[in-house]
Amino acid sequence: MLVTGKVHKVGAHIDTDAIIPARFLVTTDAEVLGSNCMEGLEPGWVKRVQKNDIIVADENFGCGSSREHAPIAILGAGMPVVVAKSFARIFYRNAYNMGLVLLEVGADADKLRDGDTLEVDLDAGQIKNLTTGAVVVCAPVPQSMQDLLDAGGLVPYVKKRLAEKQ
Amino acid sequence: MSHNLAEKILQAHTDEEITRAGQIVTCRVSLVLANDITAPLAIKSFKGMGATKVFDKDKVALVCDHFTPNKDIDSAEQVKVVREFAHEMGVTHYYEGGDCGVEHALLPELGLVGPKDIVVGADSHTCTYGGLGAFATGMGSTDIAGALALGETWFKVPPTIRVEFDGQLEPFVGAKDLILHLIGRLGVSGALYRALEFGGPVIDNMSIEGRMTMANMAIEAGGKVGLFPVDAKTLAYCAAHGRTGDKALKADPGAVYEQELSLSVTGMGPQVSCPHLPDNVRGVDELKGMRVDQAVIGSCTNGRIEDMREAAAILKGRKANKNVRLIILPATPKIWRQAMDEGLFSIFLDAGAVVGPPTCGPCLGGHMGILAGGERCISTTNRNFRGRMGSLESEVYLASPAVAAASAVAGEIIHPGKL
Repeated sequence: MLVTGKVHKVGAHIDTDAIIPARFLVTTDAEVLGSNCMEGLEPGWVKRVQKNDIIVADENFGCGSSREHAPIAILGAGMPVVVAKSFARIFYRNAYNMGLVLLEVGADADKLRDGDTLEVDLDAGQIKNLTTGAVVVCAPVPQSMQDLLDAGGLVPYVKKRLAEKQ
Repeated sequence: MSHNLAEKILQAHTDEEITRAGQIVTCRVSLVLANDITAPLAIKSFKGMGATKVFDKDKVALVCDHFTPNKDIDSAEQVKVVREFAHEMGVTHYYEGGDCGVEHALLPELGLVGPKDIVVGADSHTCTYGGLGAFATGMGSTDIAGALALGETWFKVPPTIRVEFDGQLEPFVGAKDLILHLIGRLGVSGALYRALEFGGPVIDNMSIEGRMTMANMAIEAGGKVGLFPVDAKTLAYCAAHGRTGDKALKADPGAVYEQELSLSVTGMGPQVSCPHLPDNVRGVDELKGMRVDQAVIGSCTNGRIEDMREAAAILKGRKANKNVRLIILPATPKIWRQAMDEGLFSIFLDAGAVVGPPTCGPCLGGHMGILAGGERCISTTNRNFRGRMGSLESEVYLASPAVAAASAVAGEIIHPGKL
């Protein structure tokens, strides 16, 4: 699967209060959450986003609370992929459970600048910077996460397990 | 094979043999927790999974503590979803009214969490129960939905950082200062994907409430859990809160650690975490003269009876500065009653404090003490991210109850010994 979109660069330790502040947590609706994505970073931030655009972050993206509303808000804003030097633990599990793809690239994130256009090949685990020509290879998705993705996420996985139990 | 505390607890809940960090294991869970923000999403996922009943109605806790008493129509609707689900599933431990408190203060008090348990909660501060020797960690709502349905979940066995504290604690220095100091040293991602295991003479002498304060903030260093050994103090606490059958627990001799730190507390003063990350920690004296508009004493970090007493000891016979709103939120109804019975509320009210109901409220900018642009709060809570307590232009400084109380009196951040 290929995703092509523009880079929106953010810094290190972007916390879940930045991604979706607590005052918006009175709903579970993806579209509503998406319309307030990154409101804690900069009011109106999401207005710059077009479908398939890609957040590129420094280290520890998604630190803080366990709110699953954070990956839902990013997906709800139309962004299917986040690239970062590293991700916070709870956010990492949440993202895979929700079907948001996370690509951990370490220091190579510096090769992706704000406004660059990227082509992300999810199967090959490779990011092509169409603006500069740079190619970034991602850390492989761990097998357990791949199994979860192959099952279609945690919801269908548990559904299958429950059926087996009966 | 020798196991550290994290490995030892995980091993007790799985049939697979734990041999190394990084291994993925499926474990049976002892308790599954969600709150008024995270449960509605978990319920949505639970239904999507086709689940019709929870794995054990006595091993589920649904605590509506974040926006309660409901701050607006939307939050009331969310709580209604949780209440109806709890009734439908026959969940034993459902709380939203006069029996409700801040989840991580409430569950230990009810004896629902304890040594060697595995607790998963849709709240990042679930790690608090590590203070009792439980492998307790935060997850998102859908992971929690899976655990609600199956009674099990997967874990990656974390590498462990062992931290030993020794030396002599200075006056007005305690658990909160120790954990802030450690976070300052490790950084907010210093324990990412890792377990923290605490030990040493200072920890041996520390109360269970203090241990829970420290375990609570393991996540602020990125940690998966913050584990304390189970000793006579833990067992006495658990027995006093209605639990039976708990046993002492410590790491095996020869257990493997990724890193071992030894920190001396001798000469260390009260610590304050400055905006806008918990690892931006300084000694309180470096912040002298920093004016504050609000002081909050409460939360899952520091809303327990010892914290109330610590604040009262400072506030007794004193008044909060007229430019400071002092907000005190005992974290559970039991703590509330105890504080009232001990006469602490007279001290608080004489000091000009607002004493509010048990709620997470201001900690996450929910309600009951939101900050305007340019305002600054000294708070006993656990996060000071930009905009956490209100306006993006406001600031939160994290500290102990003693420092928060003293700063409320002085109108500026101050060492409690210099009031």
